[in-house]
Order: sequence, then structure tokens, then C-alpha cells
Amino acid sequence: MDLFEYQGKQYFARYGIPVSAGGVADTVDDAVAQADAAGYPVVVKAQVQVGGRGKAGGIKVAANADEVREHAGNILGLDIKGHVVRRLWIEHASDIAEEYYASFTLDRAAKKHLAMVSARGGIDIEAVAEEDPDAIAKRHIDPVDGLTETDARALVTDAGLNPKAHDGAVAILIALWRCYTEGDADLVEINPLILTPEGKVHALDAKVTLDDNARFRHPEWDDFDNVAETDPREALAKEKGLQYVGLDGDIGIIANGAGLAMSTCDVVNQVGGKPANFLDIGGGASADTMAGALEVINTDDNVRSIFINIFGGITKGEDVANGIVQALGRVELKAPIVIRLDGTNAEEGRAILAGHESDRLISVPTMVGAAEKAVALARKV
Amino acid sequence: MSIFVNKDTRVIVQGITGSQGRFYASRNRDYGTQVVGGVSPKKAGTDVDGIPVFPTVAEAREATGATVSMVLVPAPFAADAVMEAAEAGIELIVSLTEGIPAHDEALFYNSVKRSFPDARILGPNCPGLVTVGECNIGFIPAEVALPGPVGIVSRSGTLTYQALKELGEKGIGVTTCVGIGGDPVPGMSFIDCLAAFEQDPDTRAVIMFGEIGGSAEEEAAAFIAKEMSKPVVAYVAGVTAPPGRKMGHAGAIISGSKGTAQAKMEALTAAGVKVGLNPTEAGDLMAEVVAGL
Repeated sequence: MDLFEYQGKQYFARYGIPVSAGGVADTVDDAVAQADAAGYPVVVKAQVQVGGRGKAGGIKVAANADEVREHAGNILGLDIKGHVVRRLWIEHASDIAEEYYASFTLDRAAKKHLAMVSARGGIDIEAVAEEDPDAIAKRHIDPVDGLTETDARALVTDAGLNPKAHDGAVAILIALWRCYTEGDADLVEINPLILTPEGKVHALDAKVTLDDNARFRHPEWDDFDNVAETDPREALAKEKGLQYVGLDGDIGIIANGAGLAMSTCDVVNQVGGKPANFLDIGGGASADTMAGALEVINTDDNVRSIFINIFGGITKGEDVANGIVQALGRVELKAPIVIRLDGTNAEEGRAILAGHESDRLISVPTMVGAAEKAVALARKV
Repeated sequence: MSIFVNKDTRVIVQGITGSQGRFYASRNRDYGTQVVGGVSPKKAGTDVDGIPVFPTVAEAREATGATVSMVLVPAPFAADAVMEAAEAGIELIVSLTEGIPAHDEALFYNSVKRSFPDARILGPNCPGLVTVGECNIGFIPAEVALPGPVGIVSRSGTLTYQALKELGEKGIGVTTCVGIGGDPVPGMSFIDCLAAFEQDPDTRAVIMFGEIGGSAEEEAAAFIAKEMSKPVVAYVAGVTAPPGRKMGHAGAIISGSKGTAQAKMEALTAAGVKVGLNPTEAGDLMAEVVAGL
């Protein structure tokens, strides 16, 4: 789960990472009230989960209430790369002497955590990595040992931060490490981490991605949910516990397992079709899961045929079949279904489906054959 | 011959009294696997379909001589269960549980590696492994698979089944089929499995199914180019699918240009691997390889 900047800052604050005083606003009047509370000058920042907000006009400095009114009015409703701004973060503008970068994430190849610090912050860090990789100090952190103060000090020294910033940056790295580990984040990133003319170090931005698998030990994450911006199809899928990614084609895809779902999209493309979505019903899916998946696909008006590709391991064939039969009774499906059912108890599943087969429910034994059938049906409608 | 497990392998099941544990313990035993015990602190002293239940892994190992544990406990308890198995001297820990937090995975992987360097972890979030006709540990539906000359290694669970199916339909037999799982911190890698297949006299070719994200396939390609004498056929899922999870800038820096299906397929092709564009095409390529053996 990706957090908005303001949520990231709230999460940082829980772990003692210094952030600017500020608040959220959904209307122009709220924005002025928050600015009055934070103290002028303020920065008005669009809350969208996409990079390049500044360039798109989503971040503006305001010296007084009139300017806040003007900027907030312009930014609310602004479309930034397909993300419409519904919420603002208003914070006291900081004086900036220098801008740095700091992050923790997992290095999958090394199977250890990776800390990165750079004196070249405030700009696209990927560009820095490409042009001048030596400008980023990197250090692997073994999860068994954790980040030590020695590690943190070595990082800020290697990155060449201004000596005035060392103590503040070390303290922030230690707090950020706690936020990353105890906070079960996949990524915590501060860009920029600033040094003020007074010699204070603090986080001017916050990028936090939480690990959804750790939700069971973080009841406080529930607060982050209700405001996330999502495709309505994705929101419905999430409610039903399904992994769904909306695409722009016309063939609805349902498969079990991320690999098979991706592979199903590949095969549909290879036989000349375009997937409308990626939908993984996961391992051990029940009849109810399958019915829910069909309901989600059914809300997509672009879908002209549905390809269900199931290879049962944990998922049992009869559950899949029962789910489809249930869904057929529960919702009026707009598109015909092509199903390829294999694996655990596939014969039992096929026997259940046999009684319901028609030109709206067609069983095809192979993956490529079923993809071809789904594409042919989508073209016919 | 085969890799990692065979007809003599003695297996215990951690979490045997849960619904999945019960189902797969019986199913694996029906396949011929020596499922000699289970672990459940609360139900110790009872049995599951005749399989004795012990309070701890140490006691189960002591009583049964098991060397492999299949771990099927819920995600919140998975890290402790894996550590308990390693501490009890289990040699191969098969972690099937889905949804384990990434920080837990990173911690138990590194703890086991440091304190119990001889123990191996397969998974987490993997479908298990099967040596055809001898020993099946986990979820893989292998009833129809034939014994034969090909080794299978796959990152995705269901694609592991698909690989078995593609070969089965062409009458091609398999030595061992291993699903390594696609979680952030997998125990055994493609390379561990490829190295074992290279050493196994009965395995004469290997089929490998990867997917987008990370750099495991690129690392495997480098290993194949340098160390493998046996032919390898591959498929990488996600050629046309959008990248899954965005890890932000920090993640993008680690992977650089790696991570796309295209980059993975190019690396594998450059290493002399025959790459299919879908599972069926990979099966066809393997049929050609086997015909030439």
C-alpha cells in the first residue's frame, strides 16, 4: 500500500522523524485555515501518488491567505498524469540550505536491506543513479544485526553531507530505520531531506510503501485506507480480497496465481487479443471468491468475453465450478465465459460445469485454445 | 536419482492439524511420501489419519528421524516455525505459507543462514517440490506426471503445475520439479536448483519458468552460461503484463534495467537457453531438446 505524502509524514512523525508543521485540506477554505495555523509563508502541495507534481503545477509557495486561496483553487481538481487532486497538504515553508536523499528498501538480489544516502537530493534520484552513481552512498544492512549508529554515521560521511548535518542526519536515519522495520514498510524514502540555514535537518517529503502482508499486526493502518485513490474496479476487487489491475482491453482475465495470471495475459496478447485486466484469485480460492471475481469483471463495460484460467493446486476444481455456477445465478453476466480448468479435482469441476454449458459458458481443455476462443468471442459480439 | 528428496526422505508437517495441513499431509502420503509425523503444540499426542502429532519439531525429529519439514502454519507464526525447524536440525525446510511479511522473511532467511548454514529453505509462498513417483511435499498435483529425464524449476506456483502439464502431455518425464516461490526473499534460488540438476546424473535437461521483477532470472542466466553443460529451456511470464508492484525509486535503482521480461529473455537467450513465449511453446522447445538427447 502506497501512502500519500501527508500520510507518510504522519507515519514518520510516529517514529520521531522531524517533519514540517502542517495539515490536510480538501477545500479552499480549509487550506486557508491550515495555512493560518502553520504560519506564513506556506507550501500548498497536491496529494497524488505520482511523481513530477512540482513540474505539473501541483506544488506552490504562498506568502499570504490570498495566495493560498488562489493556489488551492488551481490545484484542487488538477489532473496530474491521470491523477485528479482531491486533497492538499499545507505546511510551513522551510528555508533550505542543502537538499539530501535517504531511503531504506529491500535488495532482493542480496536478500538484505539496502540503505541509500546522497548529498544530491531534491531531484530525481534515478537520474542521479544513472549519471553519477558514486554520489549515492549505499550500505547493506543485515536484518539480524539491524542498523547501528556506526552504519548511519558511515553513510552520511560516505555521502559527503555537510558536517553540520551529520548528527541530525544520523538521528533521522536511526528513526527512519525503526519506521522501516517496526513499521513494516517495503520502502521509506525522504527526498529531499533538508539542512536549514540554522543547521536543523528534517524531512520535506515522505514516500512510504507499506507491506500489506503485515497488516495483521498494524491495526493503525486502517486509517490509511478510506482515502486511497483507486480505480473503482480495483476498489471493489480489494474489498473482495482479489489482486486486480485494470487494463484497457476487452477480454476479462481470471486466473489463480500471479504467474499464471500474467501468463494468461501473455497468451491472450499473442493470439491477437487485449486483456481488460489482470486478476489473481490466489491460492485456495473458494466458490465465493470465484463468484466475487466474476462480479468485479462484470462491472467493466469494456469486457466482451471472459477467460477463466485455473490450474488447481490448492484451489480445487469443484470450488471453481461451484463459484461460476453461483455467479451465474447471482449476477447477469454481460459477457460469455471461456474456461480452462485443470489440476486438483479438475474432473469433478468439469462435471459440475457440464450441466451448465451453453454459448455463454464454454469449456476448452488447453490454455492457448481457450485464449483463441475468448478472442474469437470478443470479436463476434 | 533426483534432487533434494526421494523415496527414503522422511517428512514432518508443522501445522498438521490445520485444514490445509491435514489435507496435504494425507495427499502427500497417498502419493508415496513418507509423512512420518506432525507438529502442533496444542494437539500433541493425538494423530491425523494415523500420523502422530508431536509438541515440538525437536521431539518429532527425535522420534521419527525426519530430515525435511513442510511448514503450513498461518503467516503470523511462520517465521517462528521456520526458526524452530532450523534449530531442531531439519535439513530442508519447505515453507508453503502465503502472505508472510517481507521483514519476517528477510530476518529468518538471514538468521538461518548465519546460525544453521547447512539448513536449506524452500519458499516461502512456494508450491513445494516433487520427485516424480517417489516423494511429493506440498501442493503440486503430480499424480499424472511421469518419471523421466527433465528437471523443472519455477518461481510461480501455478506455472509450476503448468510446466508439469506441458511436459506430461508430450509424454516427457520428469526427475524433480521444484517451485521456489516468488516472494521477496526466497530461500533456494534458481541457481541452487540448476546446480543440483547439473550434478544429478538422471536429469539430462532443465526447464525453467520465471516471471517479471527482481533479477533472479538474469543471475540464473549468468550461472547457466558459466556452469551448466545440460540444455535449458525457459519461459518468463509477464511479457505483456504491466509491471506488478511499484517499489518506488529506491527499488528501481536496485534493479536498474533488470526486471522486465524482455531483459530476462535476452539474458537467457544470450546464455544459450531456448526461450518460449508461452508455457506451451516452452514445452514444444523441450520436446525438441528431449528428442535430441
